[in-house]
Amino acid sequence: MNAMLKPDSAEPAAVAASAAPTRRPRRPLAANSTARARQQVSATAMKIVAPLVGAALLVLVWQLITVNNASFPTPMVTLQEAIKLFSDPFYRNSPNDQGIGWNLLASLQRVAVGFGLAALVGIPLGFLIGRVQFVGSMFGPIISLLKPVSPLAWLPIGLLVFKSANPAAIWSIFICSIWPMIINTAVGVQRVPQDYMNVARVLNLSEWKVLTKILLPSALPYILTGVRLSIGTAWLVIVAAEMLTGGVGIGFWVWDEWNNLNVPHIIIAIVAIGFVGLLLEQALMALARAFTYEQVSN
Amino acid sequence: MDDPKFIDIEGVEMVFHTKKGTFHALREIDLTVRKGEFITLIGHSGCGKSTLLNLIAGLLKPSDGVLLCANREIAGPSPERSVVFQNHSLLPWLTCYENIHLGVERVFGKTESKAQLRERTMQALALVSLTAAETKRPHEISGGMKQRVGIARALAMEPKVLLMDEPFGALDALTRAHLQDELLKIVAATQSTVVMVTHDVDEAVLLSDRIVMMTNGPAATIGEIVDVKLERPRDRVALAQDARYTEYRSAVLEFLYRKQAHPAKEAA
Repeated sequence: MNAMLKPDSAEPAAVAASAAPTRRPRRPLAANSTARARQQVSATAMKIVAPLVGAALLVLVWQLITVNNASFPTPMVTLQEAIKLFSDPFYRNSPNDQGIGWNLLASLQRVAVGFGLAALVGIPLGFLIGRVQFVGSMFGPIISLLKPVSPLAWLPIGLLVFKSANPAAIWSIFICSIWPMIINTAVGVQRVPQDYMNVARVLNLSEWKVLTKILLPSALPYILTGVRLSIGTAWLVIVAAEMLTGGVGIGFWVWDEWNNLNVPHIIIAIVAIGFVGLLLEQALMALARAFTYEQVSN
Repeated sequence: MDDPKFIDIEGVEMVFHTKKGTFHALREIDLTVRKGEFITLIGHSGCGKSTLLNLIAGLLKPSDGVLLCANREIAGPSPERSVVFQNHSLLPWLTCYENIHLGVERVFGKTESKAQLRERTMQALALVSLTAAETKRPHEISGGMKQRVGIARALAMEPKVLLMDEPFGALDALTRAHLQDELLKIVAATQSTVVMVTHDVDEAVLLSDRIVMMTNGPAATIGEIVDVKLERPRDRVALAQDARYTEYRSAVLEFLYRKQAHPAKEAA
């Protein structure tokens, strides 16, 4: 019989319930602020000290390797080279002798173009595959067959079709970026909660409204996961592709420095490639967080 | 009121074909609903009451039999039979205003100006006393408020029938009581025809003109119908002392726990 309560007493209860969450955090904070501060200190220590220890260990191992191996540069030598290199990253002596900044930007540009084209084709195709079962069955086997193929295997086809190195490298990026985007978009569209689709049916929304108001926002986190995977792979592939095609670009630069037997530069390039990849990943993670909607239960 | 067969359900059967085989959910459902009537469907879990509601909504198609609304066959979902879903089903990326406006725009967008559409949306928000929550998103408001937005969304389309699938099931008792009272007021003001699924006996007696009690599944059907002849407006506190209220209540309890006693292992 607890449902049989005075309506007057129910109203303030509902109001209080909605106001409570804003009040709650203050109390525990005041009560054990010292304990919490201590916890915070140890958490920051974990965040900063532990990675530093890891890095120090890596440098130590590196140093030990160089002791018995004269061809391998010591950490100190590499650091000095890096300072020299990054003090002037944007110089241009000849097409084959440009600063590391230009090389990184050239690679990033190829990734952006190849990836952008892949998004333009892959996301709409993913929508179709996820929404129309026939299209899904049509492309399913083809995608399963082509997805495991290394994008570099497509490079000769690109060279054949485009007769030029740069578009061929972009073509490889396009191929490697498109699969995660198609698949994740399709999965996202298929996983739109049935509740939302029922809302669309009851409101009798047009296909365009269903697409823009329900499918797209609901599938967006999946699409962004696809984008993140694509960018990650694209950044892996561009280095290899550029080693094969030549020109300006961080991959070619690594290969060029190998031909010059400039090992410190190769190590610097490895770190720089890793750093750029990390930045791309973090940027896309932030983007994904901004567009992930809370799945509200009740 | 006027049309005694506003919703007309004749000989409806519902069989689901699943991977595990066929499941006969509903058999021989015959029911008519008057215009302006408030009907609740009650029964143990798994008795197919939500299935029946979804059939009226047009979200499901019957395996056999016909469903008519205002003398037209129910061929699919339509804004004229709007649904308040159990879990409110608000779109989390839209504000409360936009959630309601989506339906309003669809129903009245072709005939009315933008200002009129806005006016309708704001009226719907005001009807459930949520004008202040206009720009909030669903995750920023409480469960009871979300359900109120769900009701506002359904009502804003001026449906011929309001279908509610355990709309207050997930709410705490106080909020539920408050929303039941609000619903009574809204229904009285809008003269809506309502079909509501519930598993709460008090809710059924308080709100309904008739309580449709369903037998246990599989192959569930309508067991008994209780005519609740309590005058409106109803006041829950006064009714608690009313002998007729207690009588209706025990009639439903008798049906649910004596005649249709659910096997203990399946009871939810």
